Amino acid sequence: MDPLVASASVIAAGLAVGLGTLGPGLGQGNAAASAVEGLARQPEAEDKIRGTLLLSLAFMETLTIYGLVVALVLLFVNPFA
Amino acid sequence: MVPFLPALPLFAELEVGHHLYWHLGRYTVHGQVLISSWIAIAILLILLGSSTRQLQRVPSGWQNFGEYVLEFVQGIAKSSIHGKEYRTWVPYIGTVFLFILVSNWMGNIFPWKLIHLPSGELASPTNDINTTAGLALLTSLTYFYAGFSKRGLGYFRKYIEPVPLMLPLNILEDLAKPLSLSFRLFGNILAEELVIGVFVLLVPLFLPLPFMVLFLFTGAIQAVIFATLTASYVGEALEGHGGGEEHHD
Repeated sequence: MDPLVASASVIAAGLAVGLGTLGPGLGQGNAAASAVEGLARQPEAEDKIRGTLLLSLAFMETLTIYGLVVALVLLFVNPFA
Repeated sequence: MVPFLPALPLFAELEVGHHLYWHLGRYTVHGQVLISSWIAIAILLILLGSSTRQLQRVPSGWQNFGEYVLEFVQGIAKSSIHGKEYRTWVPYIGTVFLFILVSNWMGNIFPWKLIHLPSGELASPTNDINTTAGLALLTSLTYFYAGFSKRGLGYFRKYIEPVPLMLPLNILEDLAKPLSLSFRLFGNILAEELVIGVFVLLVPLFLPLPFMVLFLFTGAIQAVIFATLTASYVGEALEGHGGGEEHHD
């Protein structure tokens, strides 16, 4: 592999995961904060809130995973190598 | 792949993109994925077959398990598809849910390392993009069929629904649905297995265990998400984007 392509791919993989975690991290924090708020206001709705929270957290996590997929492609099956 | 700790025997190798290739006619297939999905199918057939033998009015033993699974899947379908129509779609949603659940869990529970392959290694069938893309395309076909069989050609009115200007965006949405479904499942499962691989590489004893338990949980959640999304796409196709049809919430 061309060393320039290799180093650029490694940097890009790091950036893909690192930048990709920023947004979903903020989003998950918001969602968890709102869930705790809702829980404090209505403790009897715990089951419903937990289910919805987990589902939406998993959705947000997916966005990070997209970055991870890009990083994995760059590291393991690099199309430019 | 990673030249780490060369003196110690490696318990795990990080490899992505190494497969056991089988040549079937003109096609090349990933053999390890086929083998592990056959195992998943066999597990499902045995479990569900034994839980539906000799059905009784008062359930006992495995029949309890079967009824619990059925009720769970019915709950997923019922929450997204309004009215009694959900019953038609329970078999498909249940099949997808159970296959993905068993596949995800197999990667963590099954001692795959005991089986040696000439190349590649056995793992969850869902850590291959082909499996998940196939499942996602099946879901696409299913909701097209649902909408088309319920509303005929009127189904295609949803593409110009708010204003005809939205046509390209609405078509793009149909392409984005299978893409996001397949990437979500594939990325999550592959990420889980890679994380475990890295932990086994660094600390082979005990440390990976709690993470494997965590990944059983996230694997189950991914199966629930796939099934829920399938159900809601089908429900959306059956109902249309609103406007003109009654809603009972």
